[in-house]
Amino acid sequence: MVMELFRGLWTTLQEFVQTNLRGPVTYPYPEVKRPLRTRFKGVHELRRYSNGLERCIGCALCAAACPADAIYVEAGENTDEERYSPGERYAKVYEINLLRCIFCGYCEDACPTNAIVLTDKIPPAGYTRESFIVTKAQLLVPPPPGVPGTPQRTTDPALRTRSIWEEGLVNEPI
Amino acid sequence: MVPFLIEAAIKSAILVLLLLTGFAYLTLAERKLVADFQARIGPNRAGPYGLLQPLADAVKLFFKEDFIPEYADRVLFVLAPLITLIPAILIFAVIPFGPELTLFGYRTRLQLTDVNVGVLYIVAITSISVYGIALAGWASNNKYALLGGIRASAQMISYELAMGLAIVSVVLTAGTLQVSGIVESQRNGWLLFLQPLAAVIFFITGLAEIKRAPFDLVEAEQELTAGYLTEYSSMKFALFFMAEYVKMIGFSALMTTFFLGGYLGPFVDLYPALGVVYFTLKVAFLIFVLIWIRATLPRIRYDQLMNLGWKVLLPLALANVMGTAVVVALTA
Repeated sequence: MVMELFRGLWTTLQEFVQTNLRGPVTYPYPEVKRPLRTRFKGVHELRRYSNGLERCIGCALCAAACPADAIYVEAGENTDEERYSPGERYAKVYEINLLRCIFCGYCEDACPTNAIVLTDKIPPAGYTRESFIVTKAQLLVPPPPGVPGTPQRTTDPALRTRSIWEEGLVNEPI
Repeated sequence: MVPFLIEAAIKSAILVLLLLTGFAYLTLAERKLVADFQARIGPNRAGPYGLLQPLADAVKLFFKEDFIPEYADRVLFVLAPLITLIPAILIFAVIPFGPELTLFGYRTRLQLTDVNVGVLYIVAITSISVYGIALAGWASNNKYALLGGIRASAQMISYELAMGLAIVSVVLTAGTLQVSGIVESQRNGWLLFLQPLAAVIFFITGLAEIKRAPFDLVEAEQELTAGYLTEYSSMKFALFFMAEYVKMIGFSALMTTFFLGGYLGPFVDLYPALGVVYFTLKVAFLIFVLIWIRATLPRIRYDQLMNLGWKVLLPLALANVMGTAVVVALTA
């Protein structure tokens, strides 16, 4: 019994020395955050194409796939003067209720244009339930540097029907 | 008479100040060290390296509601923390922190008072603080507190005997009841080497006496929420807390004095001030050991505690006293 006592003390002493040599294994959280794996499913974001158009076409497949019923999409019509996304329609309203969301990533899988993506950011804390309903303005990423945001004037007739814009598509003025 | 009173007043003021700051920073040291043992960071928010943490804790405790349960015995409830804390501080009156030295042309001993029956005084004073804990448990009118109080009295009674006997062997070997005499008798070798068994028994019973892990059954969180502390809040809680940590320092100081040669060390006769350094280092080492043990050993079961006290430590201590007595009688 006595030997076990000393073995235990030896174990903790080693731990003590190691902590003092290599530092603790914990992080001082708000200042230093533990790096997350890139596959971590965190808060959502809505992506854009490299020409600044939104990827989301308002099809609401993500809302259909969502097991927690956390996504609400309302589609609007694109016009030549105000074009948000390639193709006919765009998401006029896009809201995610983060309190309902279970971060399963089904919306990511369902999306035909890879518009909605779960990032590795940790969902924020909030004071009210309303603050957890994130809107399209919060979800949408800013356009790439030097590229105009949306709405844009339609520059390519193919954008009227093709809902997936491709790099290298001819940009002829209409 | 008057110079003596002034000297005693100055010494006790310094002692109390040292003990109270020592207590405050001991709480931080314990938290930091336990964090190191568990590979954590520990308190680091209040001030650089968490150095203002004790201050923050004190302010917090001051502003807490001072609650007394409705059916508690109000007088005893208020008195109990004092009965626990005061003996813990009183012990330091007879502990020599250093040898005689000349300060500002005044020859003095770094000890509040050198009672010629100092050891007896220590034994008498340490047993008082259990009353505070038992009364706290009883006065709270709470089942957890009562159980904690009962455990405290049972534990302390069973371990005080063995502790007393360990001290008896020390007194027999040193041949004096004067605390400074015991330190001086260790000039040729620490009592730890002359009385290893007594040292081990004194250490274990001391752990039980100051209710440190693995003998912290009195406030076992899992079974008794906080034992006798359950109903205490604000500064009354702080007093108990203070008593606990002051006892930790006190126990380390006693262990140092009895077994580790007190303030003795190399060159202490040439530079008497070194004695204080040696004493502090030894006490700090023992406190580290106490925290180390706390970070390692789980709490033992109540029946194991009783078995260890009555069936192992007491017979061993008795045998040790008898052996020591025979050796002392034969060599004298």
